[in-house]
Amino acid sequence: MTVGPQPTTIKPSPETVVESKTMSDAQTRIAEIVNSNPVVLFMKGTALFPQCGFSSRAVAILERLGAPYETVDVLQDPEIRAGIKEFSEWPTIPQLYVKGEFLGGSDIMMEMYEAGELQDLLQQHGLVQG
Amino acid sequence: MPMQADQIEAMILAAIPDAQVTITDLAGDGDHYAAHVVSASFAGKPRIAQHKAVFSALGGRMGGELHALQLTTATPN
Repeated sequence: MTVGPQPTTIKPSPETVVESKTMSDAQTRIAEIVNSNPVVLFMKGTALFPQCGFSSRAVAILERLGAPYETVDVLQDPEIRAGIKEFSEWPTIPQLYVKGEFLGGSDIMMEMYEAGELQDLLQQHGLVQG
Repeated sequence: MPMQADQIEAMILAAIPDAQVTITDLAGDGDHYAAHVVSASFAGKPRIAQHKAVFSALGGRMGGELHALQLTTATPN
């Protein structure tokens, strides 16, 4: 079975946004997102309409790789926007997670892509065909 | 206030004294930079750790004052 890239945006449900008052709730939500999506990019904007050059570059790399991925628009959720930086101890967005593991931002994605490491990693996880 | 290129370089060198730092002003506006940092101290460290060492040198400015810094790291050949 061949599954093409079908980027979708995970929209935080309004109730969740209202009820989450503490940072630990945001951390729990982020953990759920990274653990339930094999390839997920936290970014500014959407795959179709990135709102920042770095996020745009990250999406372009994912498109090239051809693996299905999800995106989370941090501009739609201030708690996720702040919380993701704490979650990964990484100060910038975008952030890429593969199989629950934080890989880096767009610069590291580009370095890994150019070195063929990103392709290898996705293949190891069976997320793209060899 | 955007940071000056030499200021960025000085901060990195203060924390990573052996670093060879190359800063490029990408847009000519003193706000969008690319930094390439080469240091023997990066040897054996994953990329994330190499980048975090540079972020730490920049004292929390990354993602704030320095919102548009492209970063690449390497070890000396």
